[in-house]
This record gives sequence, structure tokens and C-alpha cells, in this order.
Amino acid sequence: MDLAHQEAILKVVQEKGKENVVVVLGSPDPESAELAAETVVNGDPTFAGPLAGVSLGLPVYHVLEPEVRGAVDPKVYRDAVGLMEAVLPAAEISAVVRRIRGSKTE
Amino acid sequence: MFNGKQVIVIGERDGVAGPAIASCVTASGGNVVLVHTDCFV
Amino acid sequence: MIQPVIKGVSAILAHAPSFIRHGSKPSREIGADADLLPTILAHLRSYHEALSYAPHQVFVGRIRPNKLRTLPTPWLTHPVAPERFGPFGEILPEEELYGLLALADEFRLLALDSDFTEEVIKRLADHPMLHSMCLDPVREAGRRDFGESLNSASAMPLFVEGNRLIGAIRRGQEDDESLAAPFLLENLAGKATGALALLHLASRDGLSLDAVEYVLGCSEEAVGDRYQRGGGNLGKAMAEMAGCGNASGADIKNFCAAPIPALVVGGSLVAAGVFENVAVVGGGSLAKLGMKFRGHLKHQMPILEDVLAGIAVWVGRDDGRSPRIRLDSVGRHEVKAGSSNQAILEALVARPLAKIGKRITEVGIFATELHNPEITVPQGNGDVPLRNYRTMAALAALRGEIDASEIDAFVQKHGMPGFAPTQGHLASAICFLGHAREMLLAKEIETVQLVAKGSLFLGMMSRQSDGMSVLIEAQ
Repeated sequence: MDLAHQEAILKVVQEKGKENVVVVLGSPDPESAELAAETVVNGDPTFAGPLAGVSLGLPVYHVLEPEVRGAVDPKVYRDAVGLMEAVLPAAEISAVVRRIRGSKTE
Repeated sequence: MFNGKQVIVIGERDGVAGPAIASCVTASGGNVVLVHTDCFV
Repeated sequence: MIQPVIKGVSAILAHAPSFIRHGSKPSREIGADADLLPTILAHLRSYHEALSYAPHQVFVGRIRPNKLRTLPTPWLTHPVAPERFGPFGEILPEEELYGLLALADEFRLLALDSDFTEEVIKRLADHPMLHSMCLDPVREAGRRDFGESLNSASAMPLFVEGNRLIGAIRRGQEDDESLAAPFLLENLAGKATGALALLHLASRDGLSLDAVEYVLGCSEEAVGDRYQRGGGNLGKAMAEMAGCGNASGADIKNFCAAPIPALVVGGSLVAAGVFENVAVVGGGSLAKLGMKFRGHLKHQMPILEDVLAGIAVWVGRDDGRSPRIRLDSVGRHEVKAGSSNQAILEALVARPLAKIGKRITEVGIFATELHNPEITVPQGNGDVPLRNYRTMAALAALRGEIDASEIDAFVQKHGMPGFAPTQGHLASAICFLGHAREMLLAKEIETVQLVAKGSLFLGMMSRQSDGMSVLIEAQ
């Protein structure tokens, strides 16, 4: 994940407290979802950014996961995400993000 | 799940863009504190 | 209205492996970890390898994009005939790129090693177009002392063959960040590769350089000093370098999408009778060299983002045969449309077609962002064109034009594999235009829709994205 993004995330967590923060991803495939989710749960896997070695353990979801879809008004969801449900590998992406969400090293 | 939460949105241009995700979060009572959209090309 | 047509298209690549270290991503990471440089240098491709890489031969027009589907993969380990010249242009070797940079260097920023310069001049003398240019600027660069330049901390060293030091580029002005050496090198690279594409356009498609009246630059570089960084003009600079003495020019900026609005504006200038011959020219993006090198290293691959590109398009009056630019079917991504992919594609694909009574499935081929998947997949960024085509197909299904089960067939019929290097704006639809023109002239297809998207939000002035599309049609 972009180093500037990592820094911004760290700042939000410091200001708001990690128990109040949720992360939602829009990655197009399992590989990039994995990188992003891993970064906000167990730390930057590339060891390049400010979150290297920092296990924030944030609850992270992909926008295509059923939890997110269930929480959003169906019309809003359809307009914002609808078409991509048919295009992106939702099941694979969801499986990856769910696994990492449950893998908090803390 | 978003009600009363501070939400960080990391969208991707070729997946679902940040503002599109943010519209979902806001509509469900979440407070979007950070929106990014990645572009790798 | 005068009907504007595409009278010619050129496309070039310049092999630039020793410039990878100056790309934005590699230079930042080398700065943080000097041990990385030897690893990068151990993963560069030779010129011969760059020539025999199938996607490069597609870029210069020797192989049709769809032929890539039948070639064995990975293309990286299945070389094709290593030809330098193709129907649209050439793949320039790095030594000659230095000569081209020196020819572009009006402000004597470059200093080159004298022996290396001799080598370069000999090679330029054999170049089909550059041989006729005055090579004095190259000779002069060879007479300047690059060691002295390098004594100044603000100069940047230049290399060939990976790590052979052969020169330097100095800063434009000591107290002007906008004229720092790395930015000037980026801008020179953009100017030089764009001008080379313009020269190829003239040599191939019967365009007289004297007949060009306006050059629209559509590169991604920010030209200008501290008072107008990014406000500058590469269009006229490229016109001058290529010898378009009767032309003026300006730039159209829109991130990766810029070539399509440039094409539409160029077509409109011709349609309105303002100019008879307009050239739309995009030069290469040095900042994007090695952008995904981490992914390539991780998979023990050479760094594939090792070429700069250049494309030039001749837009002129209807000649009764060249493909038409359908100005009545231009798609734009409106502010209020929103940033969901559905909204973007409705604005860029469906609506402009509906305006002229066409359905999505009636378009022969769509050209979208044609990034080479062998470059993006190892970094975990997936297959960009495939995803774009699947999204278009899903939109066609949503609109009831095809059945959801026909998405893969749609991609096969209306799409193509990606073949472009990470050169944002030039990968964005315009790299197919040379092929499109030939296929439309041969009546292999009737229509091509060029669809480009730009990441407006990257500049932090708006959260919007943008895009434009235009339909090109056979006579």
C-alpha cells in the first residue's frame, strides 16, 4: 500500500482510537485485497511503509462482502457497486479478506 | 456495522473507487474519515 | 462541417533500462535502501530481449494485438523475431535515445562522455530520419565536461548498459525546484520521444512536416518554471524539434485520458476549418519506468517497465478513404455522473453510442486501457484490460443486449489482450489506433470505440475521475 496512505491511516487510528475505526476496501482482485487487508491488520507485508511491523488489528472488510452489502441501502449499493459484483471475483476476494480479518496477531 | 464508526475507505480505480464506497458508508450512518483511491497504471 | 479523418498513426518505443533507476518508484526506493540498486541492475533486459518481446512488436505494428492470444505465454520467455522497425515506427536502442535527448536539449543541460558521443553519432548517422538532422547539439553535449556537472550536487548522473556512467544532466536554475534535473530529464524524455513519433508519422504516412499547422501535445509531464509548473507547452517544442516549421502547438492535459480529448479537439479544429492538418502527439513517461519493479523482482523476472513510448496521430480533412472521427459520438464523464464504474461506462460507452442509434454490441472493437498483463499481474494488480472488457460486457448484459452467460464471448469478440507498457496515457486506448486504422482501411471491422479513463483524483484537486471516448468508423 502507498506509503502516504499508511501514514494517513496511522494518524486516523492515533486520533480516533482503533476500537472506533473500520476499514473498507475496493480492491479488484484477491492479490491486491490481501496486500491492503494485511497492511491494516498485521502490518505492511512489504516492510516499506510506516505500518511495517505495526499490527493495528483493524476490522477490515471488502465492499463486496455480504456484511457490507447487508448494511447498505440496496439502491445506494446497486448504484455504487452493482456492476462490479458481476465482474470482480467476489467470493475469492471475500475469502481472503475474511481470513486476514480473523488472523489478528495481537 | 458502520453506525457511529470512523471509516477508512481504500478504493481502487479498477475495482470500486473510493467515493463510490464512501457513498455506501455514509448512507449507512458511518463517518468517513479518509478516502483514497489507488491507481497502479 | 468538414469531416475529420485519421490520416496516419505512428508509434515508437525507446528502450531505456538504465533510466529505470531514475523512475519515480525505483529512485525513491533506492534512496531509502542503496543495496537495492545492484538487484535492479541485475534485472535489466538487453536491447535484443526488448526487441524480441511480443507486446513490443505489437506496439510498433508488426503483430496484431489479437495474435497475442495465440502466441505461447509467458511472452517474456517466448521471444518473437527481434525486428527494430515496424509499420508504425521503431524500437529505439538506448544509445540512440541519448542522441535524441541531446537533439532535444536546447538549453545545454546535458553533458555526455566524448567517446560515448562518438559512438552515438555514428549510430545516428545510420538512422533513417535522424541522419538528416543537424547533429551538432549531440557533438556539443559530448564536448561538455560531465564530471564538472556532477560536482554540483544538483546534477544527475546518466548511465548506459545499466551502470556505465556516460553523462549528466544539470539543473536549470539553482533556486527553482521546477527546473530540477530529474524534472528536466522527464520533460526532455517526453519531448524527444514525442518528436521521434512525429518524425515517423511524416516518414510513413505521406504527411509533409511543413503541412502540419498545429501540434496538440498530450503527454503527462509538467513543463514550466516555478511560476507555472505544469502550465507549459510540449506540443510546440515537439513541433520545432521534428521540423514542423509552419506549426504552432499547445498541450491538452488530462492524466492518462489526455490523448482522447486531444484527438477530439484536433478533430474539431479540422471540422471547423480552423486548421487542415493537426498532429496529436504524446511522448513517453520516464517517471513510470520501473513502477512495478517490486512485483517483477518478487517473481524473478526482469523489470519489464523499461521502455518509453511515443505516439503521433495525423488528423486531417476527409480524403474519401481514411477512417472518420465521429464527433457526434463523443462520450464524456460528467461531473454529476459519479465515480462508480457503471456510471463511468454508461457515460463513456453506452450514451455516446445511443446518440447515434448504436448498441454496445454493434461496435466492432473497443480499445480501452491496454496495459500488458505480464507487467501488472506480478505486482498483484490483475489484468486491467480484461477487467475493463468484462465490465463493458456486464453493462451490455445489464442493458439486456447480451445474456449474462455471454460475457466471456463478448470479451473475445470485442476485446483484445493488453500489450502496452506502463506509459499511462499512451496505454489508454490510443496505442490501438494504428492497428484500428489499418483494420478499418482493410474493412476487417467497421467501427472502433476508443475509451480512455483518467485518475483526476491523483492530483488532489478533485475526488473525481474522468474519461472520454470517441467512435472511429471505416469509410
